Amino acid sequence: MTIKPVVDKQHNSSSSTVVPLPSNHPAAVRPNMDTRESAEATEADVHRKIRKAFQAFDYEADNTVDVREIGTIIYSLGCFPSQKDLHDFIAEVEEDHTGYIHLDKFLPAMTKVLLEKKFLPIPENRLLQAFKILDKGTKGYLETEEMTKYMTQEGEPLTQEEVEEMLTALADTEKNHIYYKDVISQLTIDPDI
Amino acid sequence: MGCGMGKSELRLKKCDRVTISVPGKHQFYSNMSLHLCFNLLQKKVRLTQITSAISIHFTTLCEAATAIRAALLIQRWYRQYVARLEVRRRCTWNIFQSIEYAGEQDQIKLYNFFGFLMQHFTPASSERNLISHIFRENEICHQAEWERYFCCESVEVPNSYAGPHLTFPMTFCGVSKLVEAFKHKQLLHARYVLQLLGETWRLLRILTNISHVSTCHTKEITICGTQQQTLRGHTLLLFFVIHSFDYQHFLHSSPGDLHGHLEDLLLIFYKNGLPSSEKPYVFNGDFVDRGKNSLEILLILFGFLLVYPNDVHLNRGNHEDHIVNMRYGFTKEVLCKYRVHGKKILKLLQKIFSWLPLATVIDHKVLVVHGGISDTTDLDTIARVDRHKYVSALRPPKTTHYAVNDTEASGPVEARRRVCSLTHHSSPPPQRYNLSRRSLHNLPTSCQHSWSVEEELKRRRRLAGFDQSYGELQRSDSDPECGATAQTDEHEWKQIVDLLWSDPMPQNGCVPNEVRGGGCYWGPDVTEEVLGRHNLQLLIRSHECKQDGYEFCHNRRVLTIFSASNYYEVGSNRGAYIRMGPDLVPHFIQYQASRACRELTLRQSVGWTERSALRALREQLFVHKSDLISAFQEFDPNNTGMISLRHWASATESVLKLGLPWRVLRPQLVSSTHYSMVDYQQWIRELSITEPKLEISDTSILETMYKNHSNLETIFRIIDTDHSGSISFEEFRQTWKLLSSHLKTEISDEVIADLAQSIDFNKDGSIDINEFMEAFRLVDLSAHI
Repeated sequence: MTIKPVVDKQHNSSSSTVVPLPSNHPAAVRPNMDTRESAEATEADVHRKIRKAFQAFDYEADNTVDVREIGTIIYSLGCFPSQKDLHDFIAEVEEDHTGYIHLDKFLPAMTKVLLEKKFLPIPENRLLQAFKILDKGTKGYLETEEMTKYMTQEGEPLTQEEVEEMLTALADTEKNHIYYKDVISQLTIDPDI
Repeated sequence: MGCGMGKSELRLKKCDRVTISVPGKHQFYSNMSLHLCFNLLQKKVRLTQITSAISIHFTTLCEAATAIRAALLIQRWYRQYVARLEVRRRCTWNIFQSIEYAGEQDQIKLYNFFGFLMQHFTPASSERNLISHIFRENEICHQAEWERYFCCESVEVPNSYAGPHLTFPMTFCGVSKLVEAFKHKQLLHARYVLQLLGETWRLLRILTNISHVSTCHTKEITICGTQQQTLRGHTLLLFFVIHSFDYQHFLHSSPGDLHGHLEDLLLIFYKNGLPSSEKPYVFNGDFVDRGKNSLEILLILFGFLLVYPNDVHLNRGNHEDHIVNMRYGFTKEVLCKYRVHGKKILKLLQKIFSWLPLATVIDHKVLVVHGGISDTTDLDTIARVDRHKYVSALRPPKTTHYAVNDTEASGPVEARRRVCSLTHHSSPPPQRYNLSRRSLHNLPTSCQHSWSVEEELKRRRRLAGFDQSYGELQRSDSDPECGATAQTDEHEWKQIVDLLWSDPMPQNGCVPNEVRGGGCYWGPDVTEEVLGRHNLQLLIRSHECKQDGYEFCHNRRVLTIFSASNYYEVGSNRGAYIRMGPDLVPHFIQYQASRACRELTLRQSVGWTERSALRALREQLFVHKSDLISAFQEFDPNNTGMISLRHWASATESVLKLGLPWRVLRPQLVSSTHYSMVDYQQWIRELSITEPKLEISDTSILETMYKNHSNLETIFRIIDTDHSGSISFEEFRQTWKLLSSHLKTEISDEVIADLAQSIDFNKDGSIDINEFMEAFRLVDLSAHI
């Protein structure tokens, strides 16, 4: 029996290459489990992942995190929510405006998100397309002023600080252009967690 | 609707998915078409023109909507990217901290071990001399004799000396000259060093334990801590920085990186101004260790102290401690710079450190100490102690209680390790100390010695040539005190250690600081109680590195100030110092030192810091190779050579005990996995990062040496009492014996002899310490640096 290799560049698991296993390999037994067991196993894995991410921000070791860290946690789990998505999520799990979120509420909500594959990552080609749309003249780059304008005035605007950081990271300093094709491949190759 | 779908067809499809509602869309179109029809009738506009006009409108509309959608996408992607960077940054931070704390614990463990040995030695044992070196104070006991000893009259300054000449009493010009000279990398002559230190010592002796400062006369006071420098040299030796943090020298820097810490220091002077009566300063401890210019920093600080004794205030930090200095590089620095007089200088510094004030209080309202407080902190007690008795925080005044390290395998709480601390004697019951004492007489089994027994012990030790000072009593009258004093001493000692070593924690309560091994963790309730009891409103401390240069906690009642930016790496963090006026509201000035790093992006600075951290981590993994393989094999009973990621993570943690998120770090440590399985043998091979420089038959000893090279160095320096830089074979052998009993491993004499032979590079029967350490310095040869 052959096992199809999972190639999903965007999903966060690992940046390393995945090779199909020979069927007598110890790990190859996994597909033989019945579906119920495998579903449970998946959910357990998901719970584990969520807990680990949560604990990294639980400074007081009491299963709560500051609500302002929720975005970072969700992102770190490989999701790409919009700001609106985040607000909705937070509204669901926040503990009555205390400013804290408890693991008991976060875990089921986040599990749902992961299992239902909400807030999917953005495929590289769509990102490229997005840049191309903004690059009306199809020059292959965006001027920093253009970029700034879009980022701070449209959609869910970035703050001044965020945009400055973005420009420092993305722009070619001599010409003040953002060559987005290069930028995308550069930044998405970063090792995931 | 028949309005030219041509080119805009595709665009229209996109529009369908746009969730942005355009009010009155249909209205608009119907108006539009009416309008156009009217025009058509009126002006006979061509149909194609209408078509294109409408399609342009559609297009524009869709374009705008699409652009917004595109922008949204890009923003989402960017925010995700930044968040992931942030997580990586925290992760990296944790790595550094864990390794650092582990190093600190190591040192404490070593000292606990020596203390234990001290208690249980026999006079006949051959280790006796060795151990007595460790704790021996100099034979000279009296002040006058010290003065004579330190007198520098006889030290001649040759005509060839090109450095600065100092005259005393010290003046502002003198200090400036000194600063200029150090800027030009000149070395101050030993005579002037001794003179300056001598004057400082005399001054410090008349200062009280707690400096009281008032802001009413002057405008503002600046509070900083002197910062230990990392070997990497990116530190800011901020004159002002309070933070001092032990940073494991596992980063092997190339000396060329150091652009001169003094330049950073001078930058601060430039930014904030030199100390003066108009510009008072408080320096909150940890002036030395790790960097190459610790001595110069000290000399400058002391110089200013001499010139403005009422306006410059120094607090003692946990690194103003000669025993700590032996491990962290200051001792080495002094001995290298001053080969003839280094020992004397170190001795004088030892005295000076013990005479440094312990705390500063501003306007009776703000307390500034290096480490922190505990629930028993009492400033009145602290004000009364003879602070100079406590030469080192690592040497408790009595030899009764040493919680011998016995790490229980309790799960890491907040990734912390359990080490018995110096001051708090927790679980091990008294019976543990009831070993067969081969000492001079039989003692009762309990740890609480009655007075007469204690006195007897002391007397006998004195007879046996032991110094009576285990930091205990250094009074000029040598009569033994009554038992109560012994108790008081320990209480006083704890007060001091707590001030210099403690860290705040978010939970209420006060528990031993088991991560550092000294002082405690104190909670917000303790802050309230202690501050309330003393009628204070704010506690300012350092001792811990902070990413933004400062951090409030405990409802803004505790402020940590950290002045060394780029502490771990270029771009790793900002530094800050405080300016405070009569309103006692702290104002922060933050900065990031190098020009280069200001231009770094978040990604680059995270990247650099991360690379250093990972390098350090790989080193740790490397030195634990055999333990790791054993641990992996436990999860691989069929010997397939592969284990799951989960098992890899838990095995690695069980060996290294650093409490790190191994699964998160995995992609940067393990280059490839096969369907979530790790080929551990291959991975271990990949970790190989150094070539052994020695040819010895037993290679397993190498690993032990790598693991313990810091401890080894410490022991060596202690043994090398004449600071000659070399030790004899016999001393070397004894060192190993000691270490192996500390580590509870067996190292045979032949292996040791073998090793000694191979290290003796010039075959002269003695071992050069520096060469030895160099032989075991780990060099990371991994490809992806």
